[in-house]
Amino acid sequence: MSAVTLPAARPSRLKAFLARAFAKPAFVTGFAILVLSLALALFPGVLAPYDPLAFDLDAIQQGPSLAHLFGTDNFGRDMLSRVIWAYSVDMQMAFFATVFALLIGVTTGAIVGYYGGIADMIFGRCVDAIITFPFLVLVIAIVAVLGPGLVNMYVAITAVNWVYYARLTRAEIMAQKANDYAAAGRVLGYSDTRIIFRHLLPNAISPVIVYWMTDMALAILLGSSLGYLGLGAQPPAAEWGVLIAEGRNFLMTAWWMSLTPGIAIVVTGLGFSLLGDALADLLRPKGR
Amino acid sequence: MPSLSYLLARLVQIIPTFLLVMVFIFLIVRLLPGDPAIAMAEAKATDAQIEQIRRNLGLDQPLPVQFVVFVKNTLTGDLGRSIMLKAPVTEVILARLPTTIFLALYSVVLAICLAGPLAFLAAARANGAADIAIRSVFQVGLSMPVFYIGLLLLTVLAAKLRLFPVGGYGTSFLDNLYHLILPALSVALYTSAIILRNLRASLIEVLDADYVQFARAKGLSPRIVMTRHVLRNAMVSTVTLLGLSIGNLMSGTLVTETVFAVPGVGRLMLEAIFARDYPLIQGLTLTFAVLVSVVFLLTDVVQSWLDPRLRQS
Repeated sequence: MSAVTLPAARPSRLKAFLARAFAKPAFVTGFAILVLSLALALFPGVLAPYDPLAFDLDAIQQGPSLAHLFGTDNFGRDMLSRVIWAYSVDMQMAFFATVFALLIGVTTGAIVGYYGGIADMIFGRCVDAIITFPFLVLVIAIVAVLGPGLVNMYVAITAVNWVYYARLTRAEIMAQKANDYAAAGRVLGYSDTRIIFRHLLPNAISPVIVYWMTDMALAILLGSSLGYLGLGAQPPAAEWGVLIAEGRNFLMTAWWMSLTPGIAIVVTGLGFSLLGDALADLLRPKGR
Repeated sequence: MPSLSYLLARLVQIIPTFLLVMVFIFLIVRLLPGDPAIAMAEAKATDAQIEQIRRNLGLDQPLPVQFVVFVKNTLTGDLGRSIMLKAPVTEVILARLPTTIFLALYSVVLAICLAGPLAFLAAARANGAADIAIRSVFQVGLSMPVFYIGLLLLTVLAAKLRLFPVGGYGTSFLDNLYHLILPALSVALYTSAIILRNLRASLIEVLDADYVQFARAKGLSPRIVMTRHVLRNAMVSTVTLLGLSIGNLMSGTLVTETVFAVPGVGRLMLEAIFARDYPLIQGLTLTFAVLVSVVFLLTDVVQSWLDPRLRQS
């Protein structure tokens, strides 16, 4: 289990891991969805069939057809192209709404898990207080203070979300701390920082990474919900929740305006959770 | 039943948590960028009116004093006055709360009715065709935000098929059941996806456990094995999960109330945010926190009643 003997063996281990991963249909599907989503987020101009902002007054509110797979909106704009241009915002949401929570949570969790004592007790009370609020209620209360918008939404989500990463990391570190290799590190006179971040954390991180995948799916659900409610991304920014909200007034006459952007939410969310589930399976330690 | 001392210990544990909750809610208004009194006043308010708001909120006092007053007022049920509705916050919230509680309970019942039988079906033959089909459908359900499920139901069942009303709230119990079915179902579909996953796993585990094998071997009828052994044990984890997802449930009702224009506290929260009605936002945030704590406590009680082993620790 030591990091000293690993380097030589690592490439083949990675290869073996990837071979096992790509033998799993769930992993392959999730991976394919995410690669496609990233491509759409990075190169919407190349992949979208139409200009998302071009009005076509001869094609107003047309239902889904071969020319417009997702139909057109009340200005004749192609819905599929609008949904594709929204990929960049929503994929950013998945990342920025979670990555700071991950960093803050893992660091805090590792430290309180290693030292325990008073810091751990204060941490426990904070966790109790934060989970006493429904997630969405706390997030929108913070948005109410900061004002609506994407960046404020990231701040609000991070302020609540780090707790879940911290709790998970704390539990893992506490389990790892009891192992012999941690005691060996102390005997060798390594600093606490080195033991925590170089020895314990690499062994404790896999459940956190798995949770991160699922959490990115949740971030898209949450971000698009806030966009729909008018508290997240602001129009005219193209974001799936915002697109759905814009189409809401036309639900009776042009249902596709509201319902097609949801397909992107479901597919992307599914991609993240499939990948998360597959990783959880792959990283589960055997024979423990 | 759990002992009285256990319950008391649990209640005492809540006190420090709630102090922190109060600090947070207190800070919502105090952390507003700039002067909260100005933020809360209407655009054309005079200096005298702003001064009035400041005095009403006690903002001219030092922070610790303000906090003590805030806690004292809250404990006596005084949450201030809503700016938007020009009425006491407590009154406004209490008027809207029953709708939300009704909606939440309705969703839970629907979710259990949906997830329960399907979980049994799936667990009876793990990895069979039915199991895979059920799990795939619910996996997709988990990737749908509640507001989108709501809009789908609204479009298909209410607008196209005209089976249900598009929104609003009824006047009697049965009328409510009818009016709130779509909002409740939106939340229930999401919640049942979470329950199903867990219940299926714990059913598979319990069905395979030694004591169930033993109960069968000693010749107990399948029905008794099912109710007395399998169901009771699978219920422990489901009750815990349901209790812990109360936050999710409340978040879901907030969204669904907005989609279907249900006059509950969730929709009120959004209205308060857009109106910058901070006393009301504070009151509602506190209400949600109290609801969640009560459910956490009930979960603990039910759990220790179902599983006596938990009482010892």
